[in-house]
Amino acid sequence: MATTDSVVEKQDLDNQGGSSWDGGEAPFKASYGKLMMWYFLLSDAFTFAGFLIAYGALRFSSPTWPVPDFVFSTAPFGVHHAPLIFVTIMSFLLIISSVTMVRAVQEGHRENKNGVVFWMLLTIIGGIGFLSCQAWEWTNLIATEHMTVNVNPFGTHVESGVYLDADGKETDEVFEAGDSYLIHKAGAGHGEDHGEGDHADHDYTQGDHAGYFVNSDNFLQRKYLVTDGPDAGEVKMQQFGPKAFGALFFFITGFHGFHVLSGVVFLIIIMVNAGSGLYMARKNGHEMVEKIGLYWHFVDLVWVFVFLVFYLL
Amino acid sequence: MGHLSYEDSKKLVYKGLVLLAVVTLIEVFFSLLGKGHVIGGLEDISWLGYLVGLILIVLSLYKAYYIIYEFMHMRYEVKGLALSVLLPTVLLVWALIAFFQEGTAWKQRRQQIEEKDKEKVEEVKKDDLQGFRYDAATIEFKG
Repeated sequence: MATTDSVVEKQDLDNQGGSSWDGGEAPFKASYGKLMMWYFLLSDAFTFAGFLIAYGALRFSSPTWPVPDFVFSTAPFGVHHAPLIFVTIMSFLLIISSVTMVRAVQEGHRENKNGVVFWMLLTIIGGIGFLSCQAWEWTNLIATEHMTVNVNPFGTHVESGVYLDADGKETDEVFEAGDSYLIHKAGAGHGEDHGEGDHADHDYTQGDHAGYFVNSDNFLQRKYLVTDGPDAGEVKMQQFGPKAFGALFFFITGFHGFHVLSGVVFLIIIMVNAGSGLYMARKNGHEMVEKIGLYWHFVDLVWVFVFLVFYLL
Repeated sequence: MGHLSYEDSKKLVYKGLVLLAVVTLIEVFFSLLGKGHVIGGLEDISWLGYLVGLILIVLSLYKAYYIIYEFMHMRYEVKGLALSVLLPTVLLVWALIAFFQEGTAWKQRRQQIEEKDKEKVEEVKKDDLQGFRYDAATIEFKG
């Protein structure tokens, strides 16, 4: 009994002195909202890391993988053979919008309502710009280059060879192992003029032809003569690239794009609130701007790694 | 925040913009260099590919550090907060090693299966077989 008493007495003493358990003290000297935003971002980082690691594992498991500077080499207004240029512009848009977000948070600290609204507006424009670029990129990949979640027409040669023409004769188009190719749809334009003459001359019915094979989705898989390695002298045809590429690309960049989209929505809501003077009246001032700022920087942070694994490496 | 004057922190932001933009440009340059776009033929040197990959990863991690510490103000938070957010991500190192190793193993399995598929098996006459061979067709059940 004596010990119990002393414990109770000690607790009473602590309470009088104001213990950490009595509340009123912020752990880590951060507000609840900001701390929870950090932990949400941590959990979100694990989600993205899971996707990116899955991408890495599948890429390591494939004998070949589409080369990014071949896949991502087109830009709007008919620009071709410009590897990574368009996606670099997209990265700049996110970096710039991140910087304008920092400025909005700074103006929030000064309780400068108009400054907050101005810089948040620029941030929103940057975010919408990024989404528009991504919409173009996806449209180009799906509608022009015919890559979908389960079809990947971007292949890589594993042996050297020379392409055959429509009649099955050798052309002067030679390639080496490691060269990339895009399987086009039969007779369809693919956004780029090769100057191969009139496609309409050829017979594009599905099935086997002298110089090519048209599959059930109307993809035209060109035939070629292998010129080195153990299979030299054999005629083979272009094969589709690793199937997982399309699904991984659309799913991961889509998930990131969805984060950008929801970020833009919340930015708009908070900008309107800031403009209405709501945060001027609040005890914690413009903390809402800080919290959406944390989220927005995180979206930029994730893009650093998406950019790294999908486009740079 | 509050550690720097308004003017100073404004300057720091624009410094950050230039820094991130320049690092991104360097990354794109190295990526294209490694793929042989800047100087033709470099894409065939395998050790250069690994070096470029390493440079790109280090630069990306630097960008991530800069965004977290400057833009997200982790530098100005209490040490405990920074540790509680950053330390759990160390677990990802394990995930990276485990899953990349697994991916490589899948590739080796696929190659193995491909090689096995190509193997030609010679047919052996029944009388030449040594030991017992179970053949359902020849075994008769009596009684």
